[in-house]
Parts: sequence; C-alpha cells; structure tokens
Amino acid sequence: MPTHSISGNRGLQIEEQLIFEQDNPGQTGVDYPDIPQAKNRLGGLDREGEIGLPGLSEPQVVRHYMRLSQKNYAIDSGVYPLGSCTMKHNPRLNEKMARLPGLADLHPLQPMQTTQGAMELMSSCANWLCTLTNMPVVAMSPAAGAHGELCGLMAVRAALEDQGYARTKVLVPESAHGTNPASAHLCGYSVESIPAKENGRVNLDVLKEKLDGEVACFMLTNPNTCGLFENEILDIAKAVHDAGAYFYCDGANFNAIVGVVRPGDLGIDCMHINLHKTFSTPHGGGGPGSGPVVFSEALAPYVPVPYVVQEGDTYRLVEDEASAEGKPFGRMKSFHGQFGVFVRALSYMMSLGSDGLRQVARDAVLNANYLAVKLEGSLSRSYEGVCMHEVLFDDRFLKDTGVTTLDFAKALLDEGVHPMTMYFPLVVHGALLMEPTETESKQSLDQFIEMVLGLTERAKGDNARYFEQAPRMTPRRRLDETAAARKPVLKWVPPTEEA
Amino acid sequence: MMATVRFTKDHEWVSVDGDTATVGVSDYAQQQLGDVVFVELPETGTSLNKGDEAAVVESVKAASELYSPISGEVSEANGALEDEPSLINSSAMGNGWFYKMTVSNTAELDELMDETAYKGYIEGLD
Amino acid sequence: MRYLPLGQSDREEMLKDIGVSSVDDLFVDVPKSVLLDTPVDLPKTAGEMQVERSISAMARKNLGTSQAPSFLGGGAYRHHVPAAVDHLIQRGEFLTSYTPYQPEVSQGTLQYLFEFQTQVSMLTGMDVANASLYDGATATAEAVMMAARVTKRKKAVLSGGLHPHYRDVTLTQARFMDFAVESADVDVEGKEDLTALIDDKTACVVVQNPSFFGHVKDLTGLAETCHEKGVLLVVAFGEVVSLGAITPPGAMGADIVVGEGQSLGNAVNYGGPYLGLMACRQKFVRQMPGRLVGETTDVEGRRGWVLTLSTREQHIRREKATSNICTNSGLCALAFNMHLTMLGEVGFTKLAKINHAHASLLVDRLEEISGVELVNESFFNEFTLRLSKPATEVVDALVEKEILGGIPVSRLYPGDSDMADLLLVAATEVNTVEDMDALVNGLKEVL
Repeated sequence: MPTHSISGNRGLQIEEQLIFEQDNPGQTGVDYPDIPQAKNRLGGLDREGEIGLPGLSEPQVVRHYMRLSQKNYAIDSGVYPLGSCTMKHNPRLNEKMARLPGLADLHPLQPMQTTQGAMELMSSCANWLCTLTNMPVVAMSPAAGAHGELCGLMAVRAALEDQGYARTKVLVPESAHGTNPASAHLCGYSVESIPAKENGRVNLDVLKEKLDGEVACFMLTNPNTCGLFENEILDIAKAVHDAGAYFYCDGANFNAIVGVVRPGDLGIDCMHINLHKTFSTPHGGGGPGSGPVVFSEALAPYVPVPYVVQEGDTYRLVEDEASAEGKPFGRMKSFHGQFGVFVRALSYMMSLGSDGLRQVARDAVLNANYLAVKLEGSLSRSYEGVCMHEVLFDDRFLKDTGVTTLDFAKALLDEGVHPMTMYFPLVVHGALLMEPTETESKQSLDQFIEMVLGLTERAKGDNARYFEQAPRMTPRRRLDETAAARKPVLKWVPPTEEA
Repeated sequence: MMATVRFTKDHEWVSVDGDTATVGVSDYAQQQLGDVVFVELPETGTSLNKGDEAAVVESVKAASELYSPISGEVSEANGALEDEPSLINSSAMGNGWFYKMTVSNTAELDELMDETAYKGYIEGLD
Repeated sequence: MRYLPLGQSDREEMLKDIGVSSVDDLFVDVPKSVLLDTPVDLPKTAGEMQVERSISAMARKNLGTSQAPSFLGGGAYRHHVPAAVDHLIQRGEFLTSYTPYQPEVSQGTLQYLFEFQTQVSMLTGMDVANASLYDGATATAEAVMMAARVTKRKKAVLSGGLHPHYRDVTLTQARFMDFAVESADVDVEGKEDLTALIDDKTACVVVQNPSFFGHVKDLTGLAETCHEKGVLLVVAFGEVVSLGAITPPGAMGADIVVGEGQSLGNAVNYGGPYLGLMACRQKFVRQMPGRLVGETTDVEGRRGWVLTLSTREQHIRREKATSNICTNSGLCALAFNMHLTMLGEVGFTKLAKINHAHASLLVDRLEEISGVELVNESFFNEFTLRLSKPATEVVDALVEKEILGGIPVSRLYPGDSDMADLLLVAATEVNTVEDMDALVNGLKEVL
C-alpha cells in the first residue's frame, strides 16, 4: 500500500514552490493606468535587460503567502516559552492604531505644524517609559535592543571622553546576551567576562577586583538570563560608580519587574527597553523591534538626536546637534525612530495602565514559578528557590538517556508547541530556559507541563531513537545545516544558469 | 609524524621536520567542534608569534580561533580545506592540516605536550 | 484585564502549589527599599474604546500625506500598497512568530526571506543579499564597517550627495570605532568628482544613486578608480523603486549595495519602522552583517530553508561578530517581498516608469513658474528646485493651503545658508494631475 500522497502534500501541509518557480511571464497582480507621455530625464541611465522578477496574479500571490503562513508556529498558535524573548500575546488593537490615517501616512519630514499629534504621541510614549523606569530622559530612536545597547554605550563613551579619558574596557557577566559584547566592540571597547557565583548571580568580589580605571561600563541584565534577580544590585551599582564607571542594564527582561521595580531606583545609568518584548509589539518573524534607552541625569546630556521637546502646547523635534541643548553624541538612525512601534506600545501601555502593567509582571513571575515547581521534580533545575519571569533548567536530567537538549526540544515540536530557549545562557550545560509570560492561562501551562513531563518520562525510558528522529510531524523534519553552511545557496537561480 | 608531534592546551598540534612545522587541530578538537563548515587560513608569508591567532575554524554553531603553537613564518596554507573543510573531521592529524611554517625557535616545542601528556590532559577535561 | 488570562482563583491555586502565600513572596530577591507596593503614577487600565479614542485624537491633529497633495521624499516615499499585502502580513503566523530559530516550524518565514534575498539580489544586480537591516542609514554605516573588515583599511569617503542622515549615522559609528570618515562637500549640482579623495588607505567610497538631491549618475568610472586602488565602491539608494528604471549598482561595478526598502510594502510611518537592504559580491559574504537564509534539505530529502553562516553573528561570535544586530526588519521585509511579488517584472518596471513620468511632467509645469529653477539635469522621481524665496517659508505657506509641497533642504543642512532656497520635491504614482495642479497653483501664489 502506498504511504505517501501523490503530490507530496500531507493534508493541510501543502508543498509550496518559490514565487520564481510560479512565473507566468507578463502576468501581474497590480493594474496601473497607462504610463503618461513624458520627457525621459534619467540621464541616459535607463535600465537594460530583464530584472528576472516572476509574474503572478493576485489569487496566486494570496495563496502563496497563505500556504507559507501555515508552515509557521506563532504566539497566536500556542505557548511560545522562549526564554529571554518574552513572547507574549500581541493585541490587535495595537495594529489597528498603528494603521490610523494621520499616523501611518505621516511623512517624517513634514512641517512640524502638521505633525503635532505624532510628536505628542512620541512624548506620551516617552513619559510612560520614563515614569515606569524612574529615569529622567529617554532616547527613542534606537531600532532594536542591540541598537539600544550601542546607543547607551555611545553615551557612556561620550561622557567619559568629556571627562578626559574614554577608558578601554566593558565588563559583562558570562551569562550575557551575545549582543552585549558585540555592542561593546562596536563602541571601541574590549570585553571582559565576569563569572557567576554558585547561586547564578554576579560575583561581586570578582567584579570589584576587575573594576579598575580602564573599565568604562558594566553591562548587566536584570533579572539576569538565568531568570534571577541580582539581589546585590545596589552594591553592584555602588561598586561600579565608585570606580568611575557607568552601569548599563540590558532591559530585555523588564517584563519581570515592570510596575514593581523601577530601574532608576537601582542606580542604573542607562537601560534599553525592548518594546517588542515587554510592551507587546509583534516580533514579526524577526522584527521590526524598537529599543528606546532611558538615561540617568549623568548621561542625559549625551542623548542622541532627534528628540521631541514640548514648549507650552507645542511640540518640536530637535533634529541636529547644533540646536540641541546638552552634547548629543550623534545620530543612531534616519528620521525619528520606530514610530509605528511606538504607537503599538503606547496603545498597549494605555490599555493596561499602571495597575495592569504591575499585574503583568506579577503574573509573569507567578507563571514562571508555577512551571518551576511543577517541573523541577523531573527536570534538573539549575538554581533553586524562586525565579523571576523565566526558569532555567540544564541537561543533567537527560544524563545517560542518549537524549540531548536539542533532541528534547525537537520532540516538543511534535507535540505542537514551540520549545524553550536552548543552550543559552552558556553558564549551565545544555540549558533549557523557559519564559511562559503572563499571557498564558493556567490551562495552557498545565498542558505544557503535561507534555514536558511526558517527554521527560519517555526520555528516561530508553527511547533515544524517538528523540533523535524528532520532529516527525512538522512541515519539515531536521534540516541539514552543515550542508547549508558548507556550500551556501543564498538565492534562487534560474535552472538554465545552473552549471 | 612520529615522535616530533607536540600539542597545546588549546588542542592545536604541531609536527616538526627540520625547520618546517605543520600545524593543525587535534582529533579531540574536531570532535568538540562537530562538522567543520569553514576555515580561514593565514596568508603565506605571515609572520606569527607563538600564541598569535593564526586561523579560524567554524562549525554550524561555533567558531574557534587556532593559535599558533610556535613562532615562525607561514610557508604554505592547506588550500584543500577551503573546498573540503570536512577533511578536518575525517583526518584532523593528517590531510586536515592547516598550514606549514618555517620555525624560528625550536626551543618553544619544549613548552608543549607530547602525545602521552596530551592524552592525559584531555582525559582530565571530561 | 483583557490581556491577562489568570483569574484570582487560578492565582491562588498556583501560589498554593508553589508553596507561598502571596506573589510578593516571589519577589524576595528584590531589595525591600526599591520594591513598589502601589502602581506608579500613570493612568489606570482602559478599554479598547477609550484607547482608540485617545490615540485617534492624536492622529486627528496631524495632516497625513493621504489627506493632502503631498510631494515629500528625502528617503521616505508614499506609494500605493496593494490591499492584499497589509492583509497578509497580519496573518498571525507571520506577525506573531519569533526569529526562525526552529526551522522545522518556521519554513514560512525562512522561505519568504529566501525569496526576499533573491529579489534584492536581482534589483541591485548583486550576487547575494541579506535578510534585512534596520534602515538605509544604519545599512550604510554597516557597509562602511564591512568594507573596513574586507580591506583592513580604516578610512571611508562619503559623497556629498549622500543622504545627510546616512552620513550622520555613519559619522557617529565611525567616531566610536576609531576610523576616519571624509565627507565630500555637499553636492547640490550633482557634479562632484571624488577622485582626489581616494587613496590607497581608503577602505570604501560611499555614493548615493539617485543622490539625495535626485541626480542619476553613471558610476562606472568611479568604480574603476576605486578598484585600481583596492577600494570598495559602496552604492546607497533611498528610493528602491528607482531600480525598476535605472541601471542597477551591480552593473556599474558596486561592491556593496545598501539602501532603503520602505517604498515597497511599507507605509511612511513618520519615519519607521523601515527596511534596510544590503547586497554584496559573493566573495565578501562572510564579512556581511545580518541574517542569511540558505537552502538545504531535511532528513527525508525535501527542500527546505535554514538560517546559515550564523558564525558571523553576535549570538555565536559575541565581540568578534560582524555586527551586533539581532532583531532586524522581518515583517517589513515580508511586506516588501509581497508587494514586489504582486508587481512582478511588468508591474514593477511600469511602476518605476510612472514615477519617473509623473516627476518629469511635474518638472515641466514647475519650470514655467517664475521664481522656480530646476537644479537637476537628471532625476528619477525626485528633484531639487531653487526658489526665489526661502524654501521653509514657501513650504509653510503651502501648508496653509493644505499642500505638503516638499522638503526644505535646509531642514537637513541646518546652519548652511546656501541651502535656504532649495526645495526637494518628489512625485510618485499616487500623485494625481489634481495634486500637481494644486502644487503648481499654490507655488504661483506663494512665490
């Protein structure tokens, strides 16, 4: 009896060709009026020959993307417990607001008297962020978290240069996101790593030893990437400041403390906020994000252009360094930042309000601790005690089973859920970092727990092959990443051009 | 390559014949890396001090630097690795060599481990 | 609260399972002195109706480009985006998925990014393209750093026709990375010759085409000059639709191409989010920043896609990565990919020609106005005018007539008095004859 369908399709999982393989030359999905007769002023540089774009009609295009969408998992599909990524529900009101006429159709260089409402919105968004963090100033323009890190570090460097010496080093904990050292490098600093203590927190003694006159900045994620609040943070801040350095906080995990702790009260000098994490704007398969950076009084003068100022009832953008107060270190991005993301984040913050945002953090922490206690009997918890919004396990529970963290994650795919973050942070072996967020119901968590416990039992029951071969039921099974990297094929090439 | 092979704590090997040395990564290193997908080799004529970053070796999920086990000048890079980086996995101590160099100070070899010492060293790592 | 699924009884039950009496007990690691016991001083929870009312009120205070004849460009262009595009990008599987770290359940994202990379390669005439950066300005700065890695040289020369924001972002980055940037004099007329600035210490020359002032230039000679000295030619663009009508940078000898992709699929959005594009020659791909999607097969031999060459990236290489970029512009890239798929060869080239024709027709009419002088000999859909009065005054007067009449160049060159009378004007397929009538008549009255 045949076991495969004739088409290769598996029910609703439909094989879909690339658009280039569906080319019907001359076809188009957009009808325009005739090209008006006009003088050619292209300076003799008219494009010659074909570009090679395929022709498809609207029905073909709609079907193509419909089918592609069905090959993706998303937070709309189910639990997405990627640690340090804060995959929470993305409210659709945000999308509606961002598309309003008068917002989506505003050009960034319109005269400012025609964009007063937009600047009011930016100013309002900034006010929410400053109040929630108890910081005096925010730079709105960075485009994502890593871009925000760079912005913060540039301000640090500018401030130190002003004091006469920029220093040479940035310290990061070994559990830091890879973006931290990468951003430090882009800011001209070398990077040194600070080890963690037994309890998963920064080793303050080592930090103090390393805090010499060459250290410009200490970058700390708090809560850290082990899901733990740095309980010595006030002492850390003091040690950093005593050494004449600045204290950067990676705000990727702000969801754990929003409305409950204000980073400004912790002695932090700058922190980026991922609006696409804590403030519910969609990840969109990898962006766009937005990474506003809040600054302390010490760094406030160095905030980059542009920024909005309010004068009476009128708003104005300060767009160049010459007309700015203070000493802006430069410009991070064209125009004024990820405005469309600000609209979404403001819509979210207004919806939840100060009380709702506080509840967000409390429910996020509650959900993570619930996962922790329900799973720690079977999985190996890396650090005991309460956690914040995410819980870290390592692969000791898989010892001698022949199953790896990767295999375990792939088996979860067959259960119809997205796995947790794997192999990060690097401080424990075979990490499994789970962040449920506050937008999972108890029922959804219980289902997830049941799957994880079931798989754990299966892993311990001499079923390595089952895990090695997972996933079986996804649109694709394990892909050959080695072959992809050895002979990279990074675009479609017409068959006739292939050798 | 018999008795003159030496190893570093960073899992490089060096085999010396006269004043010519051949450098690569150990079998243990290739196992730790997994399938090698790319190598970046030093240019001929590059002068290297012991401990200098000489090459980069990459798998899908990791990238490591190869530090020159001894000082000298690069006389030849193993071009075969560019098309076939898998040679490092299949023959780390043989066809998977990285580069040859003219040795400037053979005394540096004395600071490295011989095969027995290296075996003991990696047993201690797991 | 409508976004929070836990009910009070759920919370109590969960706390009991955890073995603590209150959620406060889960915050024990936070020093008491910094733990808030009440909400901060901001408005309380609000329903959809209330939020919609507040944000709509702010939107109504603006004059949108769809509500008035609008001729604004300068690196951000309003085009017609087919209805299907905005509908499809809002499918939850696209909108609410993360970066495709689990390829088995992310083939949708990976396939469209592979298509996107192919489209960008085709448009720019380059070998390979990445899966997007933030915007044109940051892409330009990334290109300069990439050229420095490739050439192991530390000086960049920037054309005087480069968008001032692209220049400033590059200068900001350069200042902190300790490499030199030489900015040529502002090139209003489109006649600059960069040869004298290029030497054997130069890593790259960055030139924009069409330039910020709209000039379309043949860069073949410049490419030859660069290559003779081992210098990379970086070509930037602010209007991707131009590539449907003019010779692509790849055909003129560019080594790296960067630009702004907003025009396809994405609204002007008051400046963001936009879409940074980057393409290069094959041999430089390992020095490229940003994500790359590659083709491969799964264990059953079926074609599929994965993120590849990831060792260039921060999550593996940390401080040795080619860039710190992580989250990029995925959904904007999808909108671009969809819009271009809807257009196809025929639609895209026609769109480009309509843009050029509209700009050309507008120029014919504007040149007849006394007090208006065209600066450009060539342009695509945007050009520079020299007016008999300061452009800011003129634009402000046009706003009184509800016309968004262009960008006073002085806004981007503050303090430069030579720029006062210059006005940057763009026309796209959305501009009607009535729009042009309004601008022409408005200018006649104002000048």
